[in-house]
Amino acid sequence: MIFSELYSVYYNTVARIIAMAFQPGVTEKELQQCVVEHAFSESVLTILPALKAGKWPLLQKDLTPVLQHVPEMPLTMLEKRWLKAIMEDSRIKLFDIEMPELGGVEPLFTRDDYRIYDQYADGDPFEDETYIRHFRLLLSAMKTGRPVRITMKNRHGREMRVRFYPRGFEYSMKDDKIRVLADGCKFRQFNLGRILSCEYYEGNGPWTEKPREERCRELTLLITDERDALERVMLHFAHFEKQAERADGERYILRLKYEESDETELVIRILSFGPYVKVLEPESFVALIKERLILQKSCGLR
Amino acid sequence: MPYNELIKNFEKVRAYMREFYVYGFKSRSEYDAKSARSYDDVRRRIESWLGDYMRFTQTPEGKSVFLSVDSRVTCRNPFYKAWKAKSFTDGDITLHFILFDILYAPEVRKTLSELVEEIDRYLGCSESPMTFDESTVRKKLKEYADEGMIRMEKEGRRVLYSRMPEVPLSALTDVIDFFSEAAPCGVVGSFLQEKQEPHRSFFSFKHHYITQAIDSDILAVLFDAIRQGRYITADNLGRHSAVARTVRLVPLKIYISAQNGRQNLIAYHEKANRLNSYRLDYMSNVRIEEPCERFGSLRESFHKAEAHMWGVNCRWSTKRLEHVEFEVRVGEEEQYIVQRLEREKKCGQVEKIDEHHYRYCADVFDTNEMLPWIRTFLSRITKMNFSNRTLENRFKDDVREMYRMYGIDGDGGDGDDIQ
Repeated sequence: MIFSELYSVYYNTVARIIAMAFQPGVTEKELQQCVVEHAFSESVLTILPALKAGKWPLLQKDLTPVLQHVPEMPLTMLEKRWLKAIMEDSRIKLFDIEMPELGGVEPLFTRDDYRIYDQYADGDPFEDETYIRHFRLLLSAMKTGRPVRITMKNRHGREMRVRFYPRGFEYSMKDDKIRVLADGCKFRQFNLGRILSCEYYEGNGPWTEKPREERCRELTLLITDERDALERVMLHFAHFEKQAERADGERYILRLKYEESDETELVIRILSFGPYVKVLEPESFVALIKERLILQKSCGLR
Repeated sequence: MPYNELIKNFEKVRAYMREFYVYGFKSRSEYDAKSARSYDDVRRRIESWLGDYMRFTQTPEGKSVFLSVDSRVTCRNPFYKAWKAKSFTDGDITLHFILFDILYAPEVRKTLSELVEEIDRYLGCSESPMTFDESTVRKKLKEYADEGMIRMEKEGRRVLYSRMPEVPLSALTDVIDFFSEAAPCGVVGSFLQEKQEPHRSFFSFKHHYITQAIDSDILAVLFDAIRQGRYITADNLGRHSAVARTVRLVPLKIYISAQNGRQNLIAYHEKANRLNSYRLDYMSNVRIEEPCERFGSLRESFHKAEAHMWGVNCRWSTKRLEHVEFEVRVGEEEQYIVQRLEREKKCGQVEKIDEHHYRYCADVFDTNEMLPWIRTFLSRITKMNFSNRTLENRFKDDVREMYRMYGIDGDGGDGDDIQ
């Protein structure tokens, strides 16, 4: 259903090459560069040679196109059905979009067909008008490079006012929340859902203030592969930059890199694996685990 | 056959990609490839698609290949590239571009013989020896009509072919950038991105499990079956079995984890009269079968059962539910713990016992699925009461083992150890 040459890098790159060939004076080097940029690393050995040799008779010998129009392909039904499915997602309201062309199309899936079963329940209000207004203003500011000023409640409930350059959004499926990534102020990010007001800032910039660099740390874990622990751990931590190696028998070493601000979250994620994952290094992280266990010992659980 | 970076069958690389990404410590000799050559070819292909993320390490067992991706800093799932590596014939690609050049606008309508004639003219211009007979062109047109790209209209005794009208994508750049990573079957969004001009994406993703991409085709076929309310048959590899078994199921719902990236199908196994869950990464060769007349009522019954599911394990009957209860200590200024209980629980209730203690209780199908979550509250669990005593004891044994592992099991403690 999905694995089709219609979506292949080769078809798309050939379409780009033919489009370029319509431009007078385009060189072979430029066409080759197109392959380098848009196809796989070894495609240079195949695509242009096949076009030049007439194996795919779509270019003349002088590299002008055999076709009469710049190639444009209609969407497949799969593509339309996927678009229709996302048009029914509540988060689509963030974007000011309507697609009447998809009127008669059946969605590939609906929200009744799947469930993200371990997503947190306090996700952002994606259908709230103020939230949507803030999102759109921030997105527009990112595109135009303009600064914004926001007021928001911080985690202690105090109202604060900040001006900054928004540089992107970060979405977490687990939290179901969007964070705004910032530049030109001391904070790295803000929870979009906590913003009370947001407007363009008309003052003079640019400001040289930078958010504090996020410190990257390394963690070494020892995994004992009982009750499928190895697979569970590897999947759970799959999204980190990491490296695994076999230690002995049923034991494996996993080294992963994480950002300092995620340390507390990582502590509880490691605790969730119980005795099948032991922190080996760094000592400071071992101390965090021990601290929790010592506290647990004092709880009188019987 | 000489090496080709494109492939005909995705299944061949699916397992390797998962191994390289999720584990990454196996050496060449540990893979079950038919030959060392086939391992080398797969590794070379994956390197051609995902070279930027490929790493190598030398161990006493030999060289290991692994994929390392920090999904927080990559705006686009690199695994989508593998879905764009389908092989084709010289005739396929030639016919594709010529056909859509002839049918360049929805108003252009041609009969089969007119199309064959024009194709010949194109090939003549390029002095190509390639030819396409009517049957080949008809087959290709039918294929494109099935894909929704070509419209076939009958006019009298003639069949006229034209391209389907365009769907404008220019206003969808941000939408596609976001949903191609944040919606199921996001790889389809990635196909749409290929039709757009290169641009900067303003979205990045945290807690992003990109391995799901490898199972996109299975997921799409299952969604299609669910939408149509049909049976499926599929080859399913058991958790501890190397041999796949064919199962016939009524697919009801997909359960996706945001915390480990696993995707499960919840389905009705008619022969066993059971609700089962099947991991998508263990499934292959999914085929859509005949409509299931009971689909609507099965889904409704399943919906009732969902109230007692913690993870993916479920049953029709709610008669033998397991009761789970535990209490936590919440200090001054620790209301965030109560918030955590509320937002992270998938079922059950949280109640306040006194100023500093809260109780969580639920009736679930499978207590075992809850244990990892309960362990995240270690440091403050004061009481627990599971109807499944074996699991309660296992939980406590595990905590004792953790004390031992970290060297805090000595007698020098305060004597409040688990008894």
